[in-house]
Parts: sequence; structure tokens; C-alpha cells
Amino acid sequence: MSVLSVKNLQKSFDNLRVLKDISLSVTSGEIVSIIGSSGSGKSTLLRCLNRLELIDSGEITVDGDTMVSTENDKVKYAESPVLKQIRMKTGLVFQNFNLFPHYNVLRNITEAPIHVAGISRTEAEAKAYELLDKLGLTDKAESFPYQLSGGQSQRVSIARALALNPKILFFDEPTSALDPELTGEVLKVIRSLKSLNMTMVIVTHEMSFAREISNRMIFMDEGVIVEDTTPEELFNSANERTKAFLGKFHDVIN
Amino acid sequence: MSPEAILKLLQYMITASAMVGKIFFLTLLFSLPLGLLACFGRMSKWAIIREPVKLYLLIMRGTPLILQLFFFFYFPYYVIGTTLPRFHAAILTCSINYAAYFAEIYRGGIESMPKGQYEAAKVLGFNKSQTFIKIILPQVIKRILPPMGNEFMTLVKDTALVSVIGVAELYQLATDTMSQSASTMPLVMAGAFYLAMNIIVSKGFEFAEKKMSYYR
Repeated sequence: MSVLSVKNLQKSFDNLRVLKDISLSVTSGEIVSIIGSSGSGKSTLLRCLNRLELIDSGEITVDGDTMVSTENDKVKYAESPVLKQIRMKTGLVFQNFNLFPHYNVLRNITEAPIHVAGISRTEAEAKAYELLDKLGLTDKAESFPYQLSGGQSQRVSIARALALNPKILFFDEPTSALDPELTGEVLKVIRSLKSLNMTMVIVTHEMSFAREISNRMIFMDEGVIVEDTTPEELFNSANERTKAFLGKFHDVIN
Repeated sequence: MSPEAILKLLQYMITASAMVGKIFFLTLLFSLPLGLLACFGRMSKWAIIREPVKLYLLIMRGTPLILQLFFFFYFPYYVIGTTLPRFHAAILTCSINYAAYFAEIYRGGIESMPKGQYEAAKVLGFNKSQTFIKIILPQVIKRILPPMGNEFMTLVKDTALVSVIGVAELYQLATDTMSQSASTMPLVMAGAFYLAMNIIVSKGFEFAEKKMSYYR
């Protein structure tokens, strides 16, 4: 079953066409990585899917609810109750964590479940402790974000997103602000989510990780999807642009 | 001055300080919320709101408070045929004057917040007022404490200006006594009173900053 469906999405900033006719679909439990060089539009795509940017045309459907559609060249976003429902079904993990510095770890995680989803504090905290335990952060519940390492911060932000029980979790370069050691720590956590059957869309520069974890990989270049296929096929692609991009990556590795 | 006269003046000064306190607290009571309102107006995307607010901020910050005091005391006479009670005119003027400074301090604090905080709140489903009250405002308060401390201390001293429209307070008392007794002692004493009040204000801010230092 399709959890996310995107059709003919277009987005420009002023006169710069950042996304040119993007279509893709993600089914339940699937893990999809989006790769591509900086400026290829992959982060903008993720931001459009999370309504941090408004699209110029196209259609986005999340778990059966239409977020936005286009009729006669007019973009129409859904009514706010629908948008709110979609919000609850999606989670986003940022590159820079964006934790709330004035709340401790526990409150960072429970604030939205209590005040947005309307869950009781007791229930929200029980769920938060469960998540912290799963992510190896039990002893950090009372800590404040400034007391955490980058890896711990990112794990807290993953817990914060998971606390709302999303149907699909988006990651926007979750390890780009981390050193290699901390990167491993965060990737381990993302891997562990795979066993929970979590649907994930991951924008990343970690090629080996993407190859290992993904069911499908999407390669974007200059605002279009060049390839959308299995990791194996992508890494053996005959496409010139794919080869050029992965070639750069191989040069770095070797 | 004789010791008896000084003791007597000391008592008067304590009473006069109460007036300073009254102006101080009433001005804050009105100017702190009014400043927030002006700050939102200043940040409005609609020019019809933003531009008049900018003009208000410019005039209030660009002209002397002493002149504004005279203006708000005498101007109502030409409109409603009577002046405002002196004390009310003083509170009105100080409030709208300080609100202008507070508005810009609030704006500085709000605009210094990283975009990521808004985006994280949005993605988690917080609405606009929840985001402002739960996420942005607490962090803004911590950031603006030092400049607010400046303003609060300046306000204590600026209360001396209301004497120009005949509101009796500490400065008035000091200068009157000085000319009667031909001694600078009253000035020194008044200075000590202002300083003592500002020591309390600055300690208050120190305490608040310490309170807010549980996070970075």
C-alpha cells in the first residue's frame, strides 16, 4: 500500500527551477534513499513533502490523504484538519537536530504528544522512556540539549519524531553535521528502525549506508529524478549522470 | 545642613522614592505588553500596519522624553479643552516612550531565533501561538535580559524628568531643598537613592539571568 505518492511536483525559487516534475511513490515499510549532489533539489523535495516549502504545482498524498493537488494550474492545499492529520502521520529529522534548548530531553520528546496529539502526560512519558531505552538514552532523560553530543542529539530528535507514531519518517541528511564516529552511532539507530518496519525516506550522502539499508534508491540531479531503482541496479547503472556522480564517490573511497 | 535637617530630608526622600517606584512599576505594567504589540506591528507583513508603527517607533525614540512629557501634558488641552492630570500624563508618556524601546528589543530577540526552531515546532504540529508561547518566547526572554536590564535602569533615572510637568518626586525634592539650604548635600543624597534603587534592579536581573542559565 502506498504511504506516500508524489505526482508532477514542481517548485521554483524566484526564477530558479529547483524541482522539475518529480513523481515518486513509497509503499508501507519501504526504505527509500535519495542521493544526489548539493543543489540537486533533494532537500527541497523533502521540505516540500513536510510543507516547509509550498509547491508550485503537482500532487502529494500521504497515507490516503491528499495534502495538495493541482487543478487547472491552480495549487490547492487541503483544509487545515486534513493537513493536521497528515502532520501527525509524518515525522522529519533535521540535519541540525533543532532540539528545543530550553526543554530537557524528556520534555523535548513529550511536548508534541501532550499538546498536539492530546495524549496524557503519564502516557506520553511512558512512551518517551520506552523510546529512550530503545535508542540507548535512558540516562539522558533529564539532560538538556547542550549537554548532549551530536550523536545523542540526533538520537533524541529521532525519538522526538517517533513519539508521534508517524507512518512515515523523513531524514534530511541526518549525519551531515556529525563526525564519522557519531555518524556510525546515528546510522545504527536508523538501522534499528528498519526492524520496526518503519517507512523511511532518507536524504543522505552516506552511500554505503544507503546502499545497505535501502529497498530503493533515487538519484536526483538538477531537479529531476534520474533514476529510481534498487541499490544494486543504481550502483551498476549505465546512465552517464549516475555514473559520473557515483564515480566521484568511488574516487573518494578508493 | 544640620544633622536634624538631613534626617528630616531623609524621611522626605523615602516618601519621594515611593513616587519613583510608582512611576517605574506603572510604566512597566503598560509598556511591556504595549511594546510586544508594537513589536508584532513592526514585524507585520502588511505595510499598512508596519509603516505607522515604524513612524511611532521613530518619533518616540527620536525625540527627547522631556519634550514628549510637555507635549502629552499640554496637547490634550487643544483637543479636549483640558490637560490630563499631571501624574497620568507622566505615566502615559513614559509608557508609550518605553514601549518603543521594548518593541525593538523584543524584535531583536525574536529575529535572532534560528529558523530551525520554528521549523521543528511546525513539523511536530504546534500551531503558531503554541510555537510562540512554548518555544520562541521563553528563549527570547533569556536573550533579551541584558538589554532589558539597561532599559529598566534607565527608566529609574528617567523618572526624574517627570518633574518638568510638576509631578513631585525625588529629583524635584532634591533640587528644591538644595536651593533652600544652599547645600549640595540633597543632590548627593538623591543620587544615593537612585543608585540604591538601581542596585536592586540590577540584582534582580542578575538573579533572573542565573535562573535562566539552566540551558544554553
